[in-house]
Amino acid sequence: MSRILHSTEGRLALITIVVFVLMAALSPERFLSPQNLTSMAFQFPEFAILALAVAVAMLTGGIDLSVVGAANLSAVVAALFMANVVGADGGAGMVALAFVMALCVGLVAGLFNGVLVATLGLPPILATLGSGLIFTGFAIAMTGGSAVMGLPSAAAWIGNGTILWIPVPLVVFALLAAALGWLMSRTSFGLKTRMFGANPLAARYAAMDTGAVLIKLYALCGMLSAVAGFIVMSRANSAKADYGSSYLLLAVLIAVLGGVNPYGGYGRIIGVVLAVLSMQFLSSGLNLLGVTNFAREMIWGALLIAVMLINTLAKRRTS
Amino acid sequence: MKSFDWARNEVLVFGVIVAFCVLAAVSDPNFLSIPTLIDLMRNGIVLGILAVAAMVVLVSGGIDVSFTAVAAFAMYTTTVILRDVAPDLPWPVAFAVATAIGAALGAINGVLIAVFGLPTLIVTLGTLSVFRGFLLTFVGTVQISNLPSGMRDFSRLMMIRGTNSDGSFYSLPWAFAFLVALVILTWFILNRTMLGRSIYAIGGAPESARRIGIDVTKTQMFIYIYVGALAGLAGIIHASTARIANPFDLVGLELSVIAAVVLGGARLTGGVGTLTGTLLGVALIVLVRNSLIVIGIPSTWQSVTIGALILLGTGLPAWQAKRAEARAA
Repeated sequence: MSRILHSTEGRLALITIVVFVLMAALSPERFLSPQNLTSMAFQFPEFAILALAVAVAMLTGGIDLSVVGAANLSAVVAALFMANVVGADGGAGMVALAFVMALCVGLVAGLFNGVLVATLGLPPILATLGSGLIFTGFAIAMTGGSAVMGLPSAAAWIGNGTILWIPVPLVVFALLAAALGWLMSRTSFGLKTRMFGANPLAARYAAMDTGAVLIKLYALCGMLSAVAGFIVMSRANSAKADYGSSYLLLAVLIAVLGGVNPYGGYGRIIGVVLAVLSMQFLSSGLNLLGVTNFAREMIWGALLIAVMLINTLAKRRTS
Repeated sequence: MKSFDWARNEVLVFGVIVAFCVLAAVSDPNFLSIPTLIDLMRNGIVLGILAVAAMVVLVSGGIDVSFTAVAAFAMYTTTVILRDVAPDLPWPVAFAVATAIGAALGAINGVLIAVFGLPTLIVTLGTLSVFRGFLLTFVGTVQISNLPSGMRDFSRLMMIRGTNSDGSFYSLPWAFAFLVALVILTWFILNRTMLGRSIYAIGGAPESARRIGIDVTKTQMFIYIYVGALAGLAGIIHASTARIANPFDLVGLELSVIAAVVLGGARLTGGVGTLTGTLLGVALIVLVRNSLIVIGIPSTWQSVTIGALILLGTGLPAWQAKRAEARAA
């Protein structure tokens, strides 16, 4: 038991269970209802995928503040293609093509960040703050600031469909999380990422091509953002430059809550997944209890600070 | 004698501002006029005060994104207190209350950062949502257009008034004097006191600062309280001059403010930053936000322009530093 409590992920698993049990106890017939459980499974993947992207950037000691901008830009490009070129009666093939386009936009956005950080040497916060404004700005300029509508009905499947009663967004998130978990803990790329995060100078002296690792990593963040953007678009049945603007804070919060060290070098995907689950349980439960969005924002912020405090104090005691 | 460095951010930003004004004057001869200037000055008051606050934090090596929430909190709460308790108090009391509330909220950031040593970005992201959430949950969400009389009196205090050729009025409120006074005060603290030199020292190298006997905890506490106080003041000035207290205002502006400061040459890594640069950065952001259309760029391109300016303004020095490092190696 004490071993579980000593690891960040162990404490987090406990918090997740406590939140779930607490919410289930406070409003059992509603929180545990099939409708609530399904709606939760549809809700969280979009910001959870953004959190994965932020977490990956944080592993290197950087951060990606452009995830929401990249997500919206990808979604806007895909939506403009589907609405203007394909039309409302487009089939699944065209939607798949739009998805590939979104991924490409995300890839380019991520490469842009990677070049700014790795080649030009900008601090990641500023590079992605600036590029995030540029991505959002392009999405505004392309759409004139209004929502892009008139998507083919086939596009709704990614956000609203099910595979064997499991919501598609959840499947997408699970696959991405599993793949990232494997990439970060079982491959040399993951090891290099964490090495760079722990000590960039040492990584360079160990003959690591740090620039290439960083560029690949930010490209990965961009593509993850694109997937999240596509899911948001599919669920909203439209794309807009300012969708999900509150998701940035939430994504950073989840990554930190998940035990990813904002200074780099430590973090596990399982922690991020647990943090996502506890946030969603808390958020849905509070919603059912009639707590307003504003109070929820306050609780999230307080939770972020509390977790940081506990982690810091726990570290101080052990050292 | 130091040689003049053309690649300094201040020089670059000044050049961009001049180029912008020349282009604007070519496409619209009316652009270069006293009313335009006064309009820009008026629009820069709140942004300017917030930028001075944000700069102090950046110089110390931290980053604060919660100051807009502090400003909104102090502004709205003060208005509510005055309205419900003592609607007839003069404006200096309202300003003092808002500044005190801002300082108190800043102290919360200060304790978390200075005493517990948490990362500044994460702490202030957290307190941003706590302050905002608390304000909107417990204080109120309804905008107040019937301001207490003191705040209304302040909104009528004008330094300069004038009439345009088309008969419309332009004016510069006395609130601008607050910006000037705060810039002078901050300049004095940063450049003429031990405290200010400690702030630069902490930003440059915290460990060295500690070893030469600087009390890092106390200095950081001062920084975050000072920033909170300035934010509170900016908030009440915003509500007074806009003649409305809207709890949803200001939040969302934080990244633009930080952008202005960074454009002016302050480094995120700390230790570097000047008030001249910050004010030039504010002037550029205000120009882009208000007058982009004059030089023929549609206002939908505003975000792209600001984003590109940030990347340019931070990219050039970063790239130069990298090249210098490569040459040295």
